[in-house]
Amino acid sequence: MAKKEYARPALLDEALAFGGPIVVFDQVDLAFDEKVILRQVSFTLQTGHTKIFLGASGAGKSTILRLALGLLRPDAGRIFVNGEQIDRMKEDDLMRVRADLGMVFQEGALFDSLTVRENVGYKLSEELHWPPDEVAARVKEVVGFVGLGEFVDRMPSDLSGGQRRRVAIARAMAAKPRILLYDEPTTGLDPITSLTVDEEIIKLRDLEGVSSVLVTHQLRDAFFVAEHAAEWAGSELQFEKADREKSDQAEFIMLKDGRIAFEGNASELREVAKRDEYIRSFLS
Amino acid sequence: MAPKLQQWSKDAVLEVQEYVLLICRVARAAVTPPIYYRDIIQQFDSIGIGSLTVVLLAGLFTGMVLALNSGITLDQFGARSMVGRLISASMVKELGPVLTGLMVSGRVGSGIAAELGSMLVTDQIAALRALGTDPIRKLVVPRVLAGLLMMPLLSILATGIGMVGGWVVTVLQFHVASTIYWSSVVQGLYMQDVWMGIIKPFALGFTIVTIGCHVGMRTTGGTQGVGNATKLAVVASSVAVIAVDFMVTKILIVLMY
Repeated sequence: MAKKEYARPALLDEALAFGGPIVVFDQVDLAFDEKVILRQVSFTLQTGHTKIFLGASGAGKSTILRLALGLLRPDAGRIFVNGEQIDRMKEDDLMRVRADLGMVFQEGALFDSLTVRENVGYKLSEELHWPPDEVAARVKEVVGFVGLGEFVDRMPSDLSGGQRRRVAIARAMAAKPRILLYDEPTTGLDPITSLTVDEEIIKLRDLEGVSSVLVTHQLRDAFFVAEHAAEWAGSELQFEKADREKSDQAEFIMLKDGRIAFEGNASELREVAKRDEYIRSFLS
Repeated sequence: MAPKLQQWSKDAVLEVQEYVLLICRVARAAVTPPIYYRDIIQQFDSIGIGSLTVVLLAGLFTGMVLALNSGITLDQFGARSMVGRLISASMVKELGPVLTGLMVSGRVGSGIAAELGSMLVTDQIAALRALGTDPIRKLVVPRVLAGLLMMPLLSILATGIGMVGGWVVTVLQFHVASTIYWSSVVQGLYMQDVWMGIIKPFALGFTIVTIGCHVGMRTTGGTQGVGNATKLAVVASSVAVIAVDFMVTKILIVLMY
């Protein structure tokens, strides 16, 4: 079977270059039966930037990622991903949009009957029909990127929680998507492992130019991702405090009862927390 | 009471609607690309070869016990040589397909519901969709094809081994000559019976596997939900085997006899 390539038209590619609107939610509503999950949610993720969603459990954070992937459909409003309106798109057409999206699920959601190598190379071999040698080379590259080169033949059940999340990141990035969605990637991990996962997110954003949506209620991780940047110092990769312009490219969105209670950068969030009791209680 | 009945009716209609929708999606996915050939072969192996032992054992002992019971009764009328006729008619038309169906629903129906259910609650099915794979094509179609095509083979083998079991008991217990037994087996069969024995397992295999997939793909509530789904799949598919057996028998009698 021929190798599949998904390419954006040149004009769209230009429009969605760095700073372009790569994910747009326009007045999105969603309810399950009587329970309202999202109300009039609008935001824009710019190419190369990061959106960090904060909020209490059940506030609708993970739902936003599932909507962006087309796993759920909104009751009202429009969603654009990569320049295509996906909210009413057929499942078969959504597969094309998902080719440019990667998602890291809460517990990793690795296929437990496949090895790390097969998990990471799944999309390349099963869906994009890459030749086996190219799949092997890419798997080696991305598994090395997340520092798990020696674990490729292990089963997911043989890995620790942190390793599973890193494999999930490797799987999500294997097909070189332009957008990565992270659903609480550090929940349940110890601080040291969380830091490793945070660094992977920063590396993908700063070194690979991936646009990211991060859902978390781990504030330490959220601020670390927003306020740090990865850069090479010779042959050594360093994570330094980001400058103002860089850290402004990470925007926080605080959800409360399905609505956006706050949208802005890290310093604005700290400022608002002084006045807003809900945000203050969340940050403290 | 009335609101509860109303809710139950709504839920029942919804289940039927979702089941029919699943079948329509499977039918479409089975004839349009992409088709996951490797998964289809894996499921043929898992459902067909994997069920062989249990189905053969069930068939063997059913044939043996049938010969024992019918031999004792027929002996009272001096008709012990007719045991083969009774066994072949019972095994080919009814016991072979139905017992194979019940064995397969216990082993395969529950396995499918548990596997798909646990994939669903651990987000593996969402991950499949996120990676650009349609779970119906990847997970359901291979299982349905395997169930549909392997059930008749399993049923034929179960029927065959059942006759062999009956032969062992008839020869050893009732001292009937092998040639008498086997000619009696052939005399007891009509072509319509053979067709019935071949057609029924297609319907039963399809029913068992689609129920397993439907229940698995609608699992909710974590690991406890997976347990409930497994239980429901076994109960529903076992009852469905008997019900579908009745309906198919009725239709085939009208059409063929």
